[in-house]
Amino acid sequence: MTTQAVLAPESAAGKPPGRGTGRPRQNREAIFLFLPALLPVLLLSVYPLVRGIALGFTDARAGLNVDTNFIGFGNFAKLLHNDLFWDSFRIGLIWTVSVTVLQFVAALGLALLLNTNIKFRGVARTLALIPWAMPPVVVAIMWRLLLDPTKGPVNDILQTTHLTDQPINFLGDFSTALPAVIVVGIWVGMPMTTVTLLAGLQGIDRSLYEAASVDGAGAWRQFWYITLPQLKTVIVAITSLDMIWNFNSFGLVYVLTAGGPGGKTMLPMLFAYNEAFRYGNFGMAAAMGDVMVVIIIVFLAFYLRNRLRSEA
Amino acid sequence: MRTRPTTRVAQYVAVLAYLIFLGFPLVWLISASLKSPREFANLNPTFLPQSPTFSNFTDALEEQGLVRSMLNSLQISVATTVLVLIVSLPVAYGLARLRSRLRPITNGWILVSQVFPVILIVIPLFVILRQLHLTNTLPGVVIVYMVWSMPFALWMLQGYVAAVPRELEEAASVDGASRLRTIVSIVMPLLRPGLIATAMFTFISAWNEFFFALVLLQDPELKTLPLVLARFVGAEGQVQFGPLAAASVLATVPSLVFFAFLQRRLTSGLLSGAVKG
Repeated sequence: MTTQAVLAPESAAGKPPGRGTGRPRQNREAIFLFLPALLPVLLLSVYPLVRGIALGFTDARAGLNVDTNFIGFGNFAKLLHNDLFWDSFRIGLIWTVSVTVLQFVAALGLALLLNTNIKFRGVARTLALIPWAMPPVVVAIMWRLLLDPTKGPVNDILQTTHLTDQPINFLGDFSTALPAVIVVGIWVGMPMTTVTLLAGLQGIDRSLYEAASVDGAGAWRQFWYITLPQLKTVIVAITSLDMIWNFNSFGLVYVLTAGGPGGKTMLPMLFAYNEAFRYGNFGMAAAMGDVMVVIIIVFLAFYLRNRLRSEA
Repeated sequence: MRTRPTTRVAQYVAVLAYLIFLGFPLVWLISASLKSPREFANLNPTFLPQSPTFSNFTDALEEQGLVRSMLNSLQISVATTVLVLIVSLPVAYGLARLRSRLRPITNGWILVSQVFPVILIVIPLFVILRQLHLTNTLPGVVIVYMVWSMPFALWMLQGYVAAVPRELEEAASVDGASRLRTIVSIVMPLLRPGLIATAMFTFISAWNEFFFALVLLQDPELKTLPLVLARFVGAEGQVQFGPLAAASVLATVPSLVFFAFLQRRLTSGLLSGAVKG
């Protein structure tokens, strides 16, 4: 459900409403209009977020309302000495970067392709949106069935074509679990990235290419000197947001592998979920969330800087 | 621009590869949902079902909890959608039309709420809902979904409001209509396609949601469809391909309907004649 919502302010904030007069009156009117939304948002979004950030500095535990104590950076110190934390951090980065980069490269290629007068364009575009709208749990189930070592069609195809002679337990094997999960991540994310890039491509002024063509620039030079620079804003926006979404993802891998085998696919969110809801360490889980926030702020800074620059 | 034949071939190979990568899992899932148990036992399985049957669907629906969970998901999604629209519409109007200090604050919140890891929000949320006696209840999940779907709904809706010609509202106010009157009788009717699109998006979001439901709902009677589906695969070794594929297809149907519907909606330029009247 998060997809694209973050692109929102870009399109909406661009054009301030006219009629510059009567600002105080408009403020009052706005408060009146915003009122029904304000209470639930403050209570269930803003307040929990602030509390959640603060929780990372306490020893809060699940269960009874036991008093929690402020323990400063205690949780963070513990995290630093926890091998599983470092593992999940490393796995999270491999997952995030691989999925984002691979899906971007594939999506860019595809978007360029779908922007030409090729056949099946319509089919490809329509298909593109289905994985995005499917329930993530269904996507995970589907891939578990597809990759099943005994009855899944992927192993069946590999064996009948003699590419392998033993069935591969993609999601259950230490060496293949993370790559397999990454492929599924690409499968889910690539269509949306493609559609976004395609929209960006269609926004480029055709006359730029005509002029370049007259000047004798080939396809490669046109791509390098026109397409890429013109797409830059879209590229930075979609990749930084993809990074954030992938870094925060939970449901897909939770159902695919639950972090296994042997913690080989334990993404940061899975680690934090386990800390909170399996072991009851609310404070520790929140501290993990805080660490994730710091990383996300870096991605976000990149995105916002790009946006501000493009608006200026 | 002319394209060399070799490039052309490469292009089609690439598009074909993409269609297989994207389409094969989907087509296989549907195909699997139509295969009989005997076909799954076959050592040389075929891609398409030899004698399609709906028995997996009936089996899945007899499975305890699946129908129950579908009804839960349906109730939650409908309630969320109605609430989101009621609460978001005035805000979207305010964002699109009024120059107020709440505008940048709201847009900031839209951004922040979408990029933060939910683990930070869910723990205090869990505590708040417990104090309100709303954990393990459908209304508890609904209000969480409402707040959670609002950012996107606001983004969609404010775009639609901005597309309503300002002249129409000005004309109405010249005629002596109040702001509220203008919103209800001028803006709302013109927003209908936008409201429908936003409603469908909100519905799908609630229908697909997994994480909050996982944390907030413990009672088996209250579990949503994604939770029950996830539990099916959790039973290691006992995975029944056919019924599971059928249940997955059933869970995806609303999304498919959504797209079939929205594609037409997006192309219909309902507003084009409004100004000229």
